[in-house]
Amino acid sequence: MRALSELVDSAASAIDAASDLAALDAVRVAYLGKKGELTARLKSLSELPAAERPAAGQEINKAKQKLQASINARREALNAAALEAKLAGDAVDVTLPGRGASIGGRHPVSRAMARIDKIFRNAGFGIRSGPEIEDDFHNFTALNFPQNHPARALHDTFFFPGGKLLRTHTSPVQIRSMVEEGVPIRIIAPGRVYRCDSDQTHTPMFHQVEGLVVDRGISLANLKAVLHQFVESYFERDAELRFRASYFPFTEPSAEVDILWEKGKWLEILGCGMVHPNVLEAAGVDSEEFTGYAFGMGVERLAMLRYGVADLRTFFENDLRFLRQFR
Amino acid sequence: MKIAESWLREWVNPDLDTEALAHRLTMAGHEVDDLAIAGAGLDGVVVAEVLAVARHPDADRLSVCTVSDGGADPIEVVCGAPNVVKGMKSPLAKPGVKLPNGIKLRKTKIRGVVSNGMLCSAVELGLGEESDGIIALPDDAPVGQELAEYLRLPDAVIDLDLTPNRGDCFSVMGLARDVSALTGAEFQEPNFTPVAPTIDDTHEVVLELPEGCPSFAGQVIRNINTAAQSPLWMVEKLRRAGLRAIHPVVDVTNYVMLELGQPLHAYDLNLVRGAIRPRLAREGEKVTLLDEKEVELNEDTLVISDDSGPIGIAGIMGGLSTAVSDTTTDVFFEGAFWPQDFIAGRARSYGLHTDASLRFERGVDPAGQARAVDRASSLLLQICGGDAGPLVLTTAEEFLPLRNTIRLRRERIRNLLGVEIADRTIVDILQRLGLVASEKDDGWDVVAPSHRFDIEIEVDLIEEIARIYGYDEIPEATAIAATPLELVTESLIELEQAAATLVARDYQEVITYSFIDADANKHLTGVDPTLVLSNPISSEMSVMRASLWPGMLTAVASNAARQQDRIRLFEIGKSFHGSLDAHDEVVRIAGVVMGSALPEQWGSNNQPVDFYDIKSDVSALLQLACDAAQIEYVATEHVALQPGQAAEIVRNGEPVGVIGKLHPRHLKPFELRRDVFVFELDAAAALASATPKAHPVSKFPSIRRDIAVVVSDRISAAELVETVASSAPDLISSVRIFDIYKGPGIEAGLKSVALGLILQETSRTLTDVDADAAMTAAVQLLQNKFAAELRD
Repeated sequence: MRALSELVDSAASAIDAASDLAALDAVRVAYLGKKGELTARLKSLSELPAAERPAAGQEINKAKQKLQASINARREALNAAALEAKLAGDAVDVTLPGRGASIGGRHPVSRAMARIDKIFRNAGFGIRSGPEIEDDFHNFTALNFPQNHPARALHDTFFFPGGKLLRTHTSPVQIRSMVEEGVPIRIIAPGRVYRCDSDQTHTPMFHQVEGLVVDRGISLANLKAVLHQFVESYFERDAELRFRASYFPFTEPSAEVDILWEKGKWLEILGCGMVHPNVLEAAGVDSEEFTGYAFGMGVERLAMLRYGVADLRTFFENDLRFLRQFR
Repeated sequence: MKIAESWLREWVNPDLDTEALAHRLTMAGHEVDDLAIAGAGLDGVVVAEVLAVARHPDADRLSVCTVSDGGADPIEVVCGAPNVVKGMKSPLAKPGVKLPNGIKLRKTKIRGVVSNGMLCSAVELGLGEESDGIIALPDDAPVGQELAEYLRLPDAVIDLDLTPNRGDCFSVMGLARDVSALTGAEFQEPNFTPVAPTIDDTHEVVLELPEGCPSFAGQVIRNINTAAQSPLWMVEKLRRAGLRAIHPVVDVTNYVMLELGQPLHAYDLNLVRGAIRPRLAREGEKVTLLDEKEVELNEDTLVISDDSGPIGIAGIMGGLSTAVSDTTTDVFFEGAFWPQDFIAGRARSYGLHTDASLRFERGVDPAGQARAVDRASSLLLQICGGDAGPLVLTTAEEFLPLRNTIRLRRERIRNLLGVEIADRTIVDILQRLGLVASEKDDGWDVVAPSHRFDIEIEVDLIEEIARIYGYDEIPEATAIAATPLELVTESLIELEQAAATLVARDYQEVITYSFIDADANKHLTGVDPTLVLSNPISSEMSVMRASLWPGMLTAVASNAARQQDRIRLFEIGKSFHGSLDAHDEVVRIAGVVMGSALPEQWGSNNQPVDFYDIKSDVSALLQLACDAAQIEYVATEHVALQPGQAAEIVRNGEPVGVIGKLHPRHLKPFELRRDVFVFELDAAAALASATPKAHPVSKFPSIRRDIAVVVSDRISAAELVETVASSAPDLISSVRIFDIYKGPGIEAGLKSVALGLILQETSRTLTDVDADAAMTAAVQLLQNKFAAELRD
């Protein structure tokens, strides 16, 4: 009969040699199974003298445990290798594009407008809108443009038969909102406006955002503050502004606002002023008790500056190659 | 308005350089559009005198001139100008001098004669656009002086974009007054000596409509020299203001208009028939104007008439029949005050725009007529000689504008501007502006001078104070809002969110014009246009759109032409409906899709987009606002859509939009070749949203049962689902179709539909017995209603 140690050695090499789970199980059966060699040794203990039995039994059990541990370790290693092999076959090319639809995008003018809306909304302004087909009263008369006023000629107006017109600015919303909800009021009115003019720097349709704040004690100093804060928020940087005296029939004093741009150039970005008392009165507001400011900005202009668009007309050509830059 | 800086500085000379002056003007509301330098680069060009003129020996059209430039030796030059004569003074450029056009002069031989320089024309010196010879300088021009120095060149031409409210600044005098107020520099009014009449002749003026002409200054000048020419200094000032010299009489009226702001008119007195009568035009009257065009007059138009009828439109343009010409010897000057209300809009209605109408529309000084006519007479006598009659001012005082007293309150200034300005600063500003202020308890009583007719109410004064004080000097102060919080509504999904959803589903937003082509509008909506512009930019942009599709299809077409083959566009904007008396503006969300359903890619087949692709997009949009169960797609017919692939989208019984495949007949006008799918929703109706109401979620497990039935092809999926759901509404929590089959094994005209049912109770666990009973009931109902056959 072989020495126990020899038996253990040969079992250990058989375990190491087992290349799959079936071979490993055969080794287990051969040594540790019911008819296995090591099991047989245990059974033959009874043949030993009683005094030798405990020591011999202990040794066989030790060998058995050692073999069982080796088999377990080998099984785990074989399992791990099998999993690894399977996963290796499942590898994907992570650089291939994902499946399904991609993403669209907003129009840059909408993007700028949404930004303007958000800034003023955060400051507690409400958003209002009004009709695009307007009447003379709301577009001109109530805004202190009397019939035949030369300032009307500065608005190249689209007319309909009978005198209705396409609004030339968002300012009519000032009147409609004050009449409807009274004062104090704190609103902006974004929307489409129309002028009968089409060349390199004019499109017959464009977008404005009107602002109106009427309350007790509203001053030009408040207007200066809100516009400065707006411009810095919109451009996300410190900005130097200058307020140039100007004229709009519906505000007095009136100003045009320039921003200090690259190369020390001043660029006009919006018009503003203190609401003219005639406008307040036309909207049924007591101009002695209330004062207010109003401003109007061209969204295309602000979008051009923000996004570096050089030609106004590209906004309305809807070329996907242009539009996709603004998603 | 263009004005030479040198002319302005004759009236006011602030200690500012050109740039600084322009900046000050711009900041004060007189925006400087352009600063052009006139007469630059004339170094070395000097005043010379022509001592002798001889015919060139070898060229008929050339002369050999001996000229003096003030130096010791006379200079010989060859000259081709027809107007060169002995004794004239003219600019001379000698060899070495570089002219403004870049040419450097050299000593040359012209047809065998050496020329030691050139006598120059206005064009050659960059002083004019055309010329018919060399410049004839005044006889007293000092020989040898640099021409630039003599003509006060270079000079800046300031091009101002004046605002409509400041008619008073449309002249050198008016602008100078404002510059004086802005800078504190003294306003130096030149001394004009009134003309002393030498004859008694006057011409009768009858103010037939005094409210339309409350002031008329007239003066007769007889026996002017018809050969006289306007002097160079005047020509130069006119030129720098953008006006060409035409005739001394016309030049004088233009000059005075530029100088004093009062437009004038000159008649050939011998062509005027009887008294001059300003009045309104009568029906059917016509007049031929100076531009030789005949116009039919409207009855709202002021005219000047004589016995022959209208001889000019007041304040806009004179008539041809009484115009001055080269043979005119007797002149009648008119300086009238035409109130703004009688002029505004009239020039435009005749398609005219003149220097006079520009000024009268904005207003002129109602007290400035006599002075302007006197100034014109004086200048004309200087140039052309002649005999002046007395200046006659005819007025209707009661119709002249009144200067009212305006109360200017200290507190109001502070409230409106948000800054405390010292009393003495305010008074100083008012004085600088020529306003007369007397102190009161709460401020001042202020009267504006006649030329500041724009100042009518208190805020006009406050604006002036802010303007002179400087907007820059007003601090910034954040207002504390007393307005209540805005209502934030949950009842409408915001358009921003709808846009974001479409963007997430691969749609690119476009913005197309609200006015479109009439035919496209009609073809795609079936509606005759009711909202048609009177003055469109073009016929393709003449009708207010009743649908967003036509404009978007144009965008699809232009992108398809640029090799884009997968196009998915959306737009949010208004469509316009109804008549002008009562029109509707409806905010719509529209989509137009062409090309493959998904971007071309390794992982998906390149299937073209179909009805169900965009239906899924529309459903996603609608489900922002409501449960899918509230939405029905009802097969419909639509003029824009292919029959059988068109549906009306109905929400709770109300139509909220349309979806379908564009009818192939609409592809050609847009030069499209592939299938196009479209949708259009009424944003307010589609996105109105009920506030969600929470229901408890069942704690008990659900059971799924599937059935397949064979039914007629005409039975819609919606009908099947609805029927199954209605068979046990408390038990069946959802029904979905997971397969549709037509083909072998199924008779033609029939289809097999596989339905999956989820059954659930909120109070107990369902048993198989419950489920079997429900399924039997559902199948029974399908059999009864649609003759459905159960398929194994």
